[in-house]
Amino acid sequence: MAIATTVAPQTSTTAPALEAEGVRKSFGAVEVLKGVSVAAGSGDVIAMIGSSGSGKSTFLRCLNLLERPSAGRILLGGEELALQPGGDGSLGPRDPAQLQRFRSRIAMVFQQFNLWAHMTALQNVMEAPVQVLGLGKAEARDRALRYLERVGVAHRKDAYPAHLSGGEQQRVAIARALAMEPDVMLFDEPTSALDPELVGEVLRVMRSLAEEGRTMIVVTHEMSFARDVSNRVLFLHQGVLEEDGAPDDLLRHPRSERLRTFLASTLHA
Amino acid sequence: MDAPPVDWSVIFGALPNFWRGLQITLMLLAISMSSGLLLSIPLGVLRVSPRRWVSGSVWFYTYVIRGTPLLVQLFMIYFGLAQFEAVRESVAWPLLKSAWFCAWLAFTLNTTAYTTEIVAGALRATPPGELEAARSLGMGTAAIYRRILLPGALRRALPQYGNEVVMMMHATALASTVSIVELTRVARDVYSDHLLPAEAFGTVAVFYFVLTFTLVGIFKLLEQRYLAHLRPKQPERKAG
Repeated sequence: MAIATTVAPQTSTTAPALEAEGVRKSFGAVEVLKGVSVAAGSGDVIAMIGSSGSGKSTFLRCLNLLERPSAGRILLGGEELALQPGGDGSLGPRDPAQLQRFRSRIAMVFQQFNLWAHMTALQNVMEAPVQVLGLGKAEARDRALRYLERVGVAHRKDAYPAHLSGGEQQRVAIARALAMEPDVMLFDEPTSALDPELVGEVLRVMRSLAEEGRTMIVVTHEMSFARDVSNRVLFLHQGVLEEDGAPDDLLRHPRSERLRTFLASTLHA
Repeated sequence: MDAPPVDWSVIFGALPNFWRGLQITLMLLAISMSSGLLLSIPLGVLRVSPRRWVSGSVWFYTYVIRGTPLLVQLFMIYFGLAQFEAVRESVAWPLLKSAWFCAWLAFTLNTTAYTTEIVAGALRATPPGELEAARSLGMGTAAIYRRILLPGALRRALPQYGNEVVMMMHATALASTVSIVELTRVARDVYSDHLLPAEAFGTVAVFYFVLTFTLVGIFKLLEQRYLAHLRPKQPERKAG
């Protein structure tokens, strides 16, 4: 896998780690994203909040093309992902190899963990480094053990996902993403499928990753995470980026009525 | 008390023949199942293809085969084809006049049809999240099939495939109708030599019974090894 250091645009000294411009997405006649733009600088921890149906998960999934946007641009470290319209009006990759390279540098953590059921925790973490990054078995194993240790589940390395608790599964999934040593990590409601008593262990890991200076975009309902860990909060409403600002500012002094309503509803939920 | 209820001497006398018949039965089963499995995996992948004409063609094949009795398929290949001049003069004739080849072909075509559907069903049962995770980490289609889809699906297919192997083992008895001297044919020969149906068919039933439970046992072991990840959680610890 080539680490393509493409020519940075002349306008800025360092390109944002991940940038999305004017992302639109329609499901049938319903437009769920109406032109959303976000630039995540290196080390940014961005929390995306919004009620369900606001399009925040869809936006996140457009960033690595798990969902195909109908319009927009995606740039990773200044390199633009070449897109071309497909048959159904959505944009697909022009070069599948480029998309795979992008994806290998943008790791994602899912709400439902999505671990590979037939592999042990260790095998789950080793898999993509071996298959995608071309690491040797021994090196991948060392790396996997290091990251399993990092998220505190090394003692469960030989367990299958079905034999792990939800919190352990999600931490293995985070280790799997970390093992790619990605430029950006995307978290799609990582604690929403967890029992309340297991949420804390996952949030603690995510907080420590943020403190390491990792670039993270986190779709979340955890207002405490948005407030305490992120350095930027985006509020999405009906496919539009309504507010974008520092957590203190945005959560304490919401400018829009919609954000006020949303915050009130989550606080009393 | 004139005649003993079971004539053991006939059974013991025929045991060497039964033993050879068992070997033939196992040979038929082994060659048919291995070629069938080799064909079924790619066909199963094509069967779940999003391209309609691809999955449709495979479906048509499995539908026709599954819709007709194996005995009829065997007769059509062994007796039916020989009726045509063109077949008798073709290069394939030396093969097609061989009972072994015809039995292998019929059994392979048959088990391939069933196994293809088993593989396809198991592929369809892959949780979509596992695919998304693989894609999101940059794995390509070939790697996803090789590392995620097929290993997961073939494991899930194991119990059903075990049934298919047992059914095919029983179906090898049909080879006796095209002059192959496998277990059932041995039993029929013993019967016609001594006119003792209980001895002949009772003995062969015991052979099949032992064979069945050996196969079932082997698949139990395989399931223990390869389906460990689907066993319910051991009551060891709760949250981490």
